[in-house]
Amino acid sequence: MARKVVITGLGATTPIGGDVPTMWKNALKGVSGAHTLEDDWVAKYELPVHFAARASTPALDVLTRVEAKRMDPSTQFAVVASREAWADSGITEIDHDRLAVAFATGIGGVWTLLDAWDTLREKGPRRVLPMTVPMLMPNGPAAAVSLDLGARAGAHTPVSACASGTEAVHVGLDLIRAGKADVVVCGGAEAAIHPMPIAAFASMQALSRRNDDPEHASRPYDRDRDGFVMGEGAGALVLEAEEHALARGARIYAELAGTSVTADAYHITAPDPQGLGATRALKAAMFDGRIQPEDIVHVNAHATSTPVGDKPEYAALKAALGKHVDSVAVSATKSQMGHLLGASGAVEAVLTVMAIYDRKAPVTINLENQDPEIPLDVVTTARDLPAGSIAALSNSFGFGGHNAVIAVRSV
Amino acid sequence: MASNEEILAGLAEIVNEETGLAAEAVEMDKSFTEDLDIDSISMMTIVVNAEEKFGVRIPDEEVKNLKTVGDAVSFIANAQA
Repeated sequence: MARKVVITGLGATTPIGGDVPTMWKNALKGVSGAHTLEDDWVAKYELPVHFAARASTPALDVLTRVEAKRMDPSTQFAVVASREAWADSGITEIDHDRLAVAFATGIGGVWTLLDAWDTLREKGPRRVLPMTVPMLMPNGPAAAVSLDLGARAGAHTPVSACASGTEAVHVGLDLIRAGKADVVVCGGAEAAIHPMPIAAFASMQALSRRNDDPEHASRPYDRDRDGFVMGEGAGALVLEAEEHALARGARIYAELAGTSVTADAYHITAPDPQGLGATRALKAAMFDGRIQPEDIVHVNAHATSTPVGDKPEYAALKAALGKHVDSVAVSATKSQMGHLLGASGAVEAVLTVMAIYDRKAPVTINLENQDPEIPLDVVTTARDLPAGSIAALSNSFGFGGHNAVIAVRSV
Repeated sequence: MASNEEILAGLAEIVNEETGLAAEAVEMDKSFTEDLDIDSISMMTIVVNAEEKFGVRIPDEEVKNLKTVGDAVSFIANAQA
């Protein structure tokens, strides 16, 4: 019998709230974190997209200037969210050799990398900061969180594009089940609202161009969706072996019942139109968590608001849940905060845990004309979830054909 | 040409920016590593910023000889002379 793993701490810094209570209040209300970018580089480089969803609380409002100096913005977000999750867990004493970190990013230290490239070209090699490499490396967030919390049972960095944050939760579960750690701080962070990634995503036609109306640009499942909205921030969860949590009388939000990761092996960016890889991931996560389709009351969907991406997820949910798919309250929270890329799965895991704990499904905004080919029961005003034993799923899919799913159960 | 006092004040500002240490703590007889707890990476950042501020070149092999704040002030003053 595998060790049971529970969630005892949550943290987040997002475009709709700089901490979990604020984010959750807004997620139930339905707000948009997308705004026009005021940066001079938007006009300077004639970017085709003029808006994004910035973190509502800048990391520098939380960290000291000197702390922040040695961290890429993505790492700053990771530290902010993981400190909140850690404080929230109430853990005061811990065997640090049994505490691990699994912290993901999709893109990594893109600001640091490109700033250093500019410095090299404009001022020469002498002016390239000595901290450049540790700041730009993709394991920067995991390493900083490990250093900050004294986590010595390993610091891992799953990288699977927009599935990274969810895969980090998967890795965390595995570490505890395998007996390699008793507590894992897992999550994902991203800070890629930079002209180069915006240009690159726009170039592949992935971003919404609703420049005159940013707040209504992210509209998953809507007939008029035209791409995703770049977001930034981080989410963090404290996973704990159940016996460890019970021994210290911890407040338990929910059980992390099961997780799974699959690969499409279909195309480098396009999702398998039938959602076969996603279907296998959904089924595997439910199998892993000993969950039947009928137990599922809520899904936090990947639903990025791209014309091609939203449909295969519906196909996968239908294939995995059967006719029960019609009875599931589906939330597309990227409608509110945009797409946090490698952080999105972690933030959505936090939202899914809150949905189970609070028994409320968060809101999908901007759904005006639902795509008739995606007849899901989409939550557009906060909805109560039933009493009794309930479970929820959170999906994430990433370029490269990565599919990751977590299954959360009430306790 | 800056006076030793001006160099000290400028250096203290750079140290404060990099480490958060109060500028007043940066005194001539203080050791960068022992007293100010500055690691090698911060030291290199301070050196590069000092080069730009004072218009001097501090060769990498020279940095290990700059044990105290006073050593750095003297080196910069001589380099400017």
